[in-house]
Amino acid sequence: MKLHELEPGQKAVVRHLDMDRLPMKLVEMGCYPGSEVELILKAPLGDPYYLRIDGMPLCIRKDMAMQVEVELLTYGIHGN
Amino acid sequence: MEIKVALVGNPNVGKTSVFNTLTGLNQKTGNYPGITVDRKTGYSKIHDTLKVRIIDLPGIYSIQPSSKDEEVVLETLFDGSNKYFPDVVVVVAEVENLKRNLLLFTQIKDLGFPAILAINMADQLPVKGIRIDREVLSEKLRTEVVLISTRTGEGISELKEAISRFAGADTKPLFDLVSVDEGYFRAMDYKSWLSRSQGAVFEGILPMEDELSDGDIKRLQQKETVKRYQQIGEILKSAYTKDASKATGWQARADRLLTHRVWGYLIFFSIMLLVFQAIFSWSAIPMDWIDEKFAQLSAWVSVALPEGKFTELLAEGVVPGIGGVVIFIPQIAILFMFIALLEESGYMSRVVFLMDKVMRPFGLSGKSVVPLISGVACAIPAIMSARNIENSRERLITMLVTPFATCSARIPVYVIIISLVIPEQTVFGFIGLQGLVMTLMYFLGFLAALSGAWLLKKLIMTTAKSYLIIEMPPYRQPQVRNVFSTVIEKTRAFVEGAGKIILALSVLLWFLGSHGPAATFGKAEEVVSGTFSGKNLSEEELQDEIAGYKLRNSYIGLLGSGIEPVFRPLGYDWKISIAVLTSFAAREVFVGNLATLYNIGSQGEEEVRIVERMAQEKRPDGTKMFDLATGISLLLFYAFAMQCISTVAIMRRETNSWKWTLIQIVFMTGLAYISAMAAYNLLK
Repeated sequence: MKLHELEPGQKAVVRHLDMDRLPMKLVEMGCYPGSEVELILKAPLGDPYYLRIDGMPLCIRKDMAMQVEVELLTYGIHGN
Repeated sequence: MEIKVALVGNPNVGKTSVFNTLTGLNQKTGNYPGITVDRKTGYSKIHDTLKVRIIDLPGIYSIQPSSKDEEVVLETLFDGSNKYFPDVVVVVAEVENLKRNLLLFTQIKDLGFPAILAINMADQLPVKGIRIDREVLSEKLRTEVVLISTRTGEGISELKEAISRFAGADTKPLFDLVSVDEGYFRAMDYKSWLSRSQGAVFEGILPMEDELSDGDIKRLQQKETVKRYQQIGEILKSAYTKDASKATGWQARADRLLTHRVWGYLIFFSIMLLVFQAIFSWSAIPMDWIDEKFAQLSAWVSVALPEGKFTELLAEGVVPGIGGVVIFIPQIAILFMFIALLEESGYMSRVVFLMDKVMRPFGLSGKSVVPLISGVACAIPAIMSARNIENSRERLITMLVTPFATCSARIPVYVIIISLVIPEQTVFGFIGLQGLVMTLMYFLGFLAALSGAWLLKKLIMTTAKSYLIIEMPPYRQPQVRNVFSTVIEKTRAFVEGAGKIILALSVLLWFLGSHGPAATFGKAEEVVSGTFSGKNLSEEELQDEIAGYKLRNSYIGLLGSGIEPVFRPLGYDWKISIAVLTSFAAREVFVGNLATLYNIGSQGEEEVRIVERMAQEKRPDGTKMFDLATGISLLLFYAFAMQCISTVAIMRRETNSWKWTLIQIVFMTGLAYISAMAAYNLLK
């Protein structure tokens, strides 16, 4: 699934970034394959997204979240 | 001995607090708000034989530039001949986002600097349930690690000691580039790689010629960054633990409230309203006091000093001119205090989050909100704060429309015009009408900015992809010291910057106003006495007539009559025309210059306050000069016109283009002229 499909409160692990469409800055802010991401809130108009990536709070737009492939973490099965 | 120490760090780690703590108030910044927000410098005495020049660089996330701020830092750290090139770099980090802070640290260390890691907000460690093993961290990073807190002062003396030991610091790179790509990086060090990936020449290092495409380079950069993070992750495993149960629930609740779809916007607009009302009402008492004191001073000077040209210059030119600047200190200070509070508390980022979607149809980004709001203080730092907008079109549009935001230099004009033409009433029993008009002027500024942006979006084509990445810092109680030093710094810069221009202009205006061609000006007494002979004027009336005749026939009077036709359709006489014209240097000189013009030739012994003098000004037909039509016309002209040389200079620098700078001047001033003319003719 893609990052933008997460619901507030859900956690996932980043699997792949489409680097042809994403800026280096996102990687530098801690978003890369293997980092854990949690959707905290969506802005009132549905965009942008307020995330916690690798423990660090970050806000990105929906169209960017659509380029990030993630795998949903389920509590109790994959750990914390 | 004197050495240079650069402070580098992510935004929101309290780097400015560290700078303030190390330098005290011994700092040097540009002489106009924000003109050198690039770098701030100050001095700190480490011990008797070691003096340190501290250079505060912009907050950045990575040394690989993706924004203008990052370019500034890279240029400073890459070029040994740069006058800010440091001997030591202190990387400021903070306890919560240490991992991301360390990415920058490893990059700095790999550039070969003696580096010190200062982890700020150490007083928060127990509260946040974080443990940092300083010894392990220091050993693995091969660097001095200091835990500090600018709030409690802990660790500051240790940091100074660490700086003094800079000569023995390890300067070997931390990260092995070969682990990214063995073949490619075998014969390349970090500086050469940065020079290749940025395609730029640094310190004589030419970008290497190779077959790699931009895409290849980007993939290598990504791989490098991920590898760095993995290495940092390994280091932190043994040096950093966080107890998840200590997560602070109130922060999350505050986020939900402040970004709520109803409450979020309501709170935002209420805060803005509070700010604008405060500027108007809290400042009234100190402003009246300053106005009165300057009127007294002017009267005192003309009596106490021996009669002569110099006394006239002081009493009629310099003192009223300076008074016209000093009087606005209370408002400027209140405004900068609010801006500093909004930024320090972490609330500004929530506004960006809340407003991004709202701003996008106008070709702006959520980050444009920060320049637009700080543009309410001053357009110069505001335009520079657009640097962190990644998309070039959004950044350009933001810079072009930011000067529409009602900056503090407009306050003097608005305050005086509103108090002249808007009656002192309340509406709905509790809202002051004058304050309401003031608030409306602020909204008008934002409205002009948004409409202008919308128009520009239609005109500027782009292929660059727009994106937004912004950190959401935790809410923090603003540090009184930081707010205080921002207010002092900005207010001082306002007074010094505007003061110099006003001093020069008021001397010039006074000179031009008290001299004139011999044929008319020189024969004033004879001409006027001739005209009024037999009309039985008292001596005082005759003196007034002579003074009026002199002023009309002085050089400034002639110049004013020359440009008056340009401004006549807007309802201005020649004196206002002169004040408007000189305002193109800086808006805030309007009041001071009018004061100077009205004071020339007046009987100096009586104290006349600026507002009263303006209220007395009459047209030839005996009606009030400052009536509603002229007042509104002036308000609109000052709301829209591009009247600030410093802003023009900064636009030229930031856009690197005369084209956009000129488009901005013509568009804004044209809009000002047309709307002021329309308003005057409708209300006349």
